[in-house]
Amino acid sequence: MKTRMRVNGREVEVHPEPRTSLADCLRRDLGLTGTHLGCEHGVCGACTVIVDGAAVRSCLMLAVQADGNDIVTVEGLGDGDTLGPLQASFRKHHALQCGFCTPGILTTAHALLSEEPDADSDRIRDVLSGNICRCTGYISIIEAVLDARAAYRRPGAGK
Amino acid sequence: MKFPGFDYARPDNLGEALTLLASRPGEAKALAGGQSLLPMMAFRLAAPRLLVDLSRIPNLNQVVIGDDGVRLGALVRWVDIERHPTLAAAHPLLVEAISRVAHYQIRNRGTVGGSLAHADPAAEMPGIAVACDAAITVAGAGGRHVVAAVDFFKGPLSTALESDELIVDIRLPAWPAGRRWAFEEFSRRVGDFALAGVALFYDLDASGAVHDPHIAAVGVSDRPVRMRASESVLAGSKATVEVIRAAAAVAAQGIDIAEDIHAPADYRSALLSVLTERALVRAAGLAMPEEG
Amino acid sequence: MSALSKRGPTPNTLVGQPVERTEDLRFLTGKGTFADDYEPAGALHAVILRSSVAHGRIRRIDAKAALRIPGVHAVITSADVGHIIPVIPLRLAPLEGLDKYLQPVIAHDKVRYAGEPVAVVVADSRALAEDALEHIELDIDVLDPVADWHVAEADRTILFERNGTNLAVRYTVGFGEVDDAFTSAEYVRRESFRAHRHTAAPMETRAVIAEWDAGSGRLIVNAATKVTFFNRRTLARMMDLPESAIDLIEIDVGGGFGVRGEFYPEDFLIPFVARKLGRPIKWIEDRREHLLAANHSREIDCELEIACKRDGTILALRGKIFGDMGAYIRTNGGVVPAKAAQFLHGPYRIPAIKIDVAAFMTSKTPVGTYRAPGRFEANFFRERLLDIAARDLQIDPVTFRLRNLITEAELPYSIGRLVPYETETAFDTGDYHAAFDRCLDEFDWKSKISMQGRLVDGRYQGLAATCFVESGGAGPRENVRFVLESDGAVTIYVGSSALGQGIETAFAQIAADALGLPFATFRILHGSTTFVREGFGTYHSRALVMGGSAVLDGAKHFAAAVRVAGAAYLKCEFEDAIFAEGHVTAKNGSAISLARIGSLAASAGKPLQVEGTFANTKRTFSYGAHAAHVAVDARTGYVQVLDYLAVEDVGRAVNPAIVHGQAIGAAVQGLGGVFFDHLIYDADAQLLNASFADYLLPLATDFPNVRGVTLELRPSPSNPLGAKGAGEGGIVSVAATIGNAVAAALTSFGVEPNELPLTPPRIWRLVEEARRRKAVAAR
Repeated sequence: MKTRMRVNGREVEVHPEPRTSLADCLRRDLGLTGTHLGCEHGVCGACTVIVDGAAVRSCLMLAVQADGNDIVTVEGLGDGDTLGPLQASFRKHHALQCGFCTPGILTTAHALLSEEPDADSDRIRDVLSGNICRCTGYISIIEAVLDARAAYRRPGAGK
Repeated sequence: MKFPGFDYARPDNLGEALTLLASRPGEAKALAGGQSLLPMMAFRLAAPRLLVDLSRIPNLNQVVIGDDGVRLGALVRWVDIERHPTLAAAHPLLVEAISRVAHYQIRNRGTVGGSLAHADPAAEMPGIAVACDAAITVAGAGGRHVVAAVDFFKGPLSTALESDELIVDIRLPAWPAGRRWAFEEFSRRVGDFALAGVALFYDLDASGAVHDPHIAAVGVSDRPVRMRASESVLAGSKATVEVIRAAAAVAAQGIDIAEDIHAPADYRSALLSVLTERALVRAAGLAMPEEG
Repeated sequence: MSALSKRGPTPNTLVGQPVERTEDLRFLTGKGTFADDYEPAGALHAVILRSSVAHGRIRRIDAKAALRIPGVHAVITSADVGHIIPVIPLRLAPLEGLDKYLQPVIAHDKVRYAGEPVAVVVADSRALAEDALEHIELDIDVLDPVADWHVAEADRTILFERNGTNLAVRYTVGFGEVDDAFTSAEYVRRESFRAHRHTAAPMETRAVIAEWDAGSGRLIVNAATKVTFFNRRTLARMMDLPESAIDLIEIDVGGGFGVRGEFYPEDFLIPFVARKLGRPIKWIEDRREHLLAANHSREIDCELEIACKRDGTILALRGKIFGDMGAYIRTNGGVVPAKAAQFLHGPYRIPAIKIDVAAFMTSKTPVGTYRAPGRFEANFFRERLLDIAARDLQIDPVTFRLRNLITEAELPYSIGRLVPYETETAFDTGDYHAAFDRCLDEFDWKSKISMQGRLVDGRYQGLAATCFVESGGAGPRENVRFVLESDGAVTIYVGSSALGQGIETAFAQIAADALGLPFATFRILHGSTTFVREGFGTYHSRALVMGGSAVLDGAKHFAAAVRVAGAAYLKCEFEDAIFAEGHVTAKNGSAISLARIGSLAASAGKPLQVEGTFANTKRTFSYGAHAAHVAVDARTGYVQVLDYLAVEDVGRAVNPAIVHGQAIGAAVQGLGGVFFDHLIYDADAQLLNASFADYLLPLATDFPNVRGVTLELRPSPSNPLGAKGAGEGGIVSVAATIGNAVAAALTSFGVEPNELPLTPPRIWRLVEEARRRKAVAAR
């Protein structure tokens, strides 16, 4: 079924079956494999992408539902291979180990800080409670997000 | 855990949506946010042959606050409730309860109508609906009719909704100033379904006694239920420490307490008592040191 | 240590620095290649049909309806595999008799656990293959389940008829005059403990992607990890192929923690199907399947007795370990119960010890290693008993431990041979008292202890501190290969596997310091069988110790080879050539850069490459202490962890940020293991919670107050890095410390939390029973 979306700033047209999740469409049809599937039932958050500015579990969205939407995946943060401020903060704070949950955490944090650049650690923790990490124990992740806030407070920041 | 196959339709209006649902009796499901339905399909616990996407239907996502109360359209999302500038003042119990729903990403998609239709016994929205004597507007082939919340929820994941009907909105009665209220929930982790939850409010009569208490239990039974025994203890009395303790002691009376892998029935009953006590203490604004 | 001290005029000092990780660049930009990101052209997709019955006889598999679905290519069963179904061999811990309980790669006559593979369905897509599953008729005559080890012990229902019993192995280990000690002791106490079944649940599920080239007779399998060379050996035997015909390729791995990478049934089935159908086959496990079919762990019961003098000096430990092994003995053999028995000893002076170990087969998912197998459990059992004894003897629990904690003067300290398949073990170096003191100090124990047992804001506060010793750095060997590229870059191929622990960074730090070259010179390629002739992989915290030490050896050989090549070019004697700052310089001042050496060698068709190796049979022993401060709501059973501190001496921290990450991550995993993770089975041996909705993992909001302190007090004597394995120490004492803290909090009730997990209902029930006892006593 014809579906038109804007993905990481690029207009695309795909023809997924209705049963195809947005996650699988992004991964398979658009080659954006940065978005990962950790559970496929909407709990782990590894598949989080940003749809019209809102962080969303792409395993709980059909690709066809994304018609007309603006999607940002982890590949759309930063600048190609250059790390954006959020990603650089994660690297600085060693906020990842195996890297599998990381894309979903980045997109969630990006969506949060874009709206709430002054989010405190309680708020950040609360928002990230929808993303499971098995490696880090979360503490370095919270520190990385806190440290990245400065970049989002500037006008036109975050990208 | 890929979804089973299905046909997909995205009607522009309510009438078309109803016609589509009726076209495949028992085999069509409405798709709102998908945050409850899609996980079930991932586990193949549900395999509808037709999904009717409601997202393009106009006028279903409004929050209307008036003198007669609050009306939430079926497609109002949790994030809409969270961000609404005046809803917390208009219905604090609703907003407090909804603040506990799931997680950030789910809240951007999950809807009021979806939660009501899904009817998880531990979900907050059905609990608020029952606590507040809400009225649910249902649209079907024969037009619209209203179902009282207490009649709407039949059992776990089971409601009065026919397969060719849709929820249009839910109305919560007006919330008077001076009302006492509290929401107290116990879950294993942030965002989990409650092992038990209490949503309550009462007004004060001229003498300062409790008038018309509404206390609903969430997540303890096959659907949200009013805690009649506790309400009886409270009604007409002043909300003192003794009265609160007495009300809490009978919290589980007359309720069929459910048992599952997360909580045996005796624990759940005890938990319900504790939550009732804590909620009443908070509603009454008392300082009551706990003995542990 | 010699290679590290041979520095040029401007010595690198990367080792010991929290260098930002190389891996992060691709992980942060979504450019990692995890299993599901790789798809060979023309691949078909596989799904495993698994038994839904815990114990039964397979009568019939009818796939006709499934095969009629367009896009479904095949349904492979044991009949297709042949008369002789390969059996998965033991890799470790070959306790006698275990080899009678190994798992066939596919069920043929019987199924012995819900989740056992019965067939492989192959289709154009995963979705279609899942559709096909629903159309396969699987007829199984149900037999009685064996739901726990008590049922197993009764031997009324036998899982392996020809073995005649469900008891896979029983043995006793120990030393000293244990029974005498108990008879004559001033104090003895016995308690029963239980650790529950849970698992690692890495964020990426398992996967196997197999490609068979009939023309060359070669098999390429992607998404291998952990022990790729063992797995290749095993697969070659099963498929009747020479090892040289099989490549096992490691790509990016989403965590392992012991569970991923062992040889599982799918590691044969998918390549077998690829060869049979002549098409690449891709299998990606789903989460429900993962919780059901990947190794479970930790389910151990323990009866433990302690004998002491009145002043708290431990005289003896005597105990029984009962291990629930699940339906088959997997590659890890008897590691879980064997290590549980061994580590009951702990970092204390125990003059006499006797442990009886029994491992039972049950009709549940087979058991394997999960981070610090047996130790998470053993420390819980022992440390709980120590606190109970301390309380009975009215000795402060810290004092009790100090009295018995091994001192540096006593090291190396032998704990004899407490594992039948290992030789005598001795704790190597350390200052256990210093680490314990540091923990208490860092925790502010002296002032916090005043909160012990107090009721504050309706909750009881409790504190506990425990000591541990932990092994790591398993041998026997690791190998590396250094290759000088034509542009002067250096590729280091290592036999170690990367599962998230940052070896691409840590190994480059080691090499950079050893060779005096910039960090960016190095590219670390790891795990695949194509990289080194023989590798041993990553498990039991061995990658840095063994692989890192092999890198040091490789660097030594590389430096020598560079000098030889440089000297030849500069036409000077080897003795007169100096390799420093990326150049070989002759006495007369002429020089040649590493890049030029590389370019010349490449043009000549003979790239400069050397091998390195490190062999070691002695494990390393990290050690330390944990402390916890909890607040218990006795009315709901909820426990809040106010503060948790893990202190560990790792000998040498090559990258302190990586080590710290391991400590915190392991501690949080441990906290999850105490409160949340639980694989719940019913009496029919059915797993009830195979989803993340009901198998609970810790979230960002659960344990915000976890701290870790890494010490480098005493280097390990058994490797040139001086490093002790550091991947598991953070988890080993969590149940022990939290269990004791909860007990301390609830002292006024007199409850003993001896059974995990410490869920709200369990704690509530302990308190309720205590309240009732009090009420009865008061009458």
